[in-house]
Amino acid sequence: MAEETGTMERGKSAFAPNMQWRRVKSHFFVALGMLCVLLGIVTLVVLLVDVILQSAGWFDWQFFTSFDSRFPERAGIKAALFGTLYMMAFTMLMAVPIGIMSAVYLEEYASDNWFTQFIQINIANLAGVPSIVYGLLGLQVFVRWMEMGRSVLAGSCTMALLILPVIIVASREAIRAVPPSMREASFALGASKWETVRSHVLPYALPGMLTGAILAAARAIGETAPLITIGALTFVPFLPEHPLDRFTVLPIQIFNWVSRAQSEFHELAAAGIIVLLVVLIVLNSAAIYLRQRLRTRY
Amino acid sequence: MKGPSLINTKEPVAAVETVVKQPGAAEKSKNAPVEIPDPAVEVHDFSLWYGDFRAVTDVSIKFPRKKITAVIGPSGCGKSTLLRGINRMNELIGGVRTQGNVLLEGTDIYAPDVDPVEVRRRIGMVFQKPNPFPRSIRDNILFGARVNGYQADEDELVEASLRGAALWDEVKDDLKQSGLALSGGQQQRLCIARAIAVSPEVLLMDEPCSALDPIATLKIEDLMRDLATDFTIIIVTHNMQQAARVSDYTAFMLSDDKARGKLIEFGPTADLFTNPTDERTEAYITGRFG
Repeated sequence: MAEETGTMERGKSAFAPNMQWRRVKSHFFVALGMLCVLLGIVTLVVLLVDVILQSAGWFDWQFFTSFDSRFPERAGIKAALFGTLYMMAFTMLMAVPIGIMSAVYLEEYASDNWFTQFIQINIANLAGVPSIVYGLLGLQVFVRWMEMGRSVLAGSCTMALLILPVIIVASREAIRAVPPSMREASFALGASKWETVRSHVLPYALPGMLTGAILAAARAIGETAPLITIGALTFVPFLPEHPLDRFTVLPIQIFNWVSRAQSEFHELAAAGIIVLLVVLIVLNSAAIYLRQRLRTRY
Repeated sequence: MKGPSLINTKEPVAAVETVVKQPGAAEKSKNAPVEIPDPAVEVHDFSLWYGDFRAVTDVSIKFPRKKITAVIGPSGCGKSTLLRGINRMNELIGGVRTQGNVLLEGTDIYAPDVDPVEVRRRIGMVFQKPNPFPRSIRDNILFGARVNGYQADEDELVEASLRGAALWDEVKDDLKQSGLALSGGQQQRLCIARAIAVSPEVLLMDEPCSALDPIATLKIEDLMRDLATDFTIIIVTHNMQQAARVSDYTAFMLSDDKARGKLIEFGPTADLFTNPTDERTEAYITGRFG
């Protein structure tokens, strides 16, 4: 140990800390990161201010209680807002239970062979398929083969397919985050697989699953392409009352207004964007609230 | 600390060698297995593979009824794997294969018609890290009882189990608080209370004190002595002093180049620590490896 071997001499340090240059590099990285964050925030603020300024004066009771119209001062968002809520309710009713159960099966029950791995890879890929492809699928399968027509139900089924992979992936992540020690504790007490899943895995994973589901819903609400493909209407002077009624949704209504000639309609579109944003913010806040609340309770 | 320490790891090697050379000890080492009349658990030629990896090799051992048996050995000697083989916890991982049998009260728990879920109720387990459910103390105790169809009074069971685990006086005022709000030692006693709430016959403990401070450790050790009046306890530990303090019998396991997870020696704790018959046991308990 005491013998000096080669280049390392005592007294003359083998280290050259060079603190100054290292500190400069640290500060540089902080500055770079802040710049990136600012870039995003400034863009968002500019867009928001622009939209809010444009929409000024169009928010009144009449805007929410009226259907679309040829006259901007009589046009409202009622049909689109209800259409969105109606369609999303059906979408979530279909996608959430199927998604969660698929995730539970894949994580807890399926044996780990090439077939389940094949399925898992494909589910992850499906989450990245362009939404218009789901629209084409929905048009053929739901609108034509299953003869649902261009209805709320057809739209919901298409949207459910669209967000199902996202929900499955998020739910699997949530299930995987359940500590193995929890399962072991349950099994060691003589609980069966299902009792363990129901009493420990699901409650523990639920906040994560719900967050995933709500974020998926937020994505679906903003989707336009698949609904245009299956033929959701652009001019709807009525409320859908039956799942097989025709309908429109917020992004389509906004798209419709933007493409009209009169500038008043562009201002209406801005107001529609605000409504869409508020719906999205409410959903995302609900996701955060649910996650916090369930986490502290469980 | 209860009782005098049975071992002295600082004893010079030469002194230990003289112990082995005593004629009585040498004779005893040859083909004189310890007689265990009426064992609660019998392991016969038990081997276990994870895939192609053999973690336990041909272990045969009888665990005496209502005694504490410690399984000691260096890391990777297969002691935890053997323990998990006794209540079929290993099967929760894929790719596990076993050979030989484990008899609980004379019945092979690896027989094809035996449901591991039922086995695990009769053979409880306490883990290395306290793992209470993130629920109330009461629900922690009652979960196992409820899934196993417990019919009698729930409050009584909660009190009896917590008293049995020496935790009642500390938590009786607030049984609704989360099990996670307790200290580490209390959490481990809650896990013991939860395990005994389903009336198991055997309690397996997998290094139950390794995550605890010395005072909490002593409390658990005291508790184990009390529990041994009702349960057959098998504890895996790599703390030899703990094995010497709490156990009635000790088994020493080892992996070497030829075979992994072999039982080297088994006998009454006092004999094994003062008068080991195998030189590897002696080397281990005198602290020369592991």
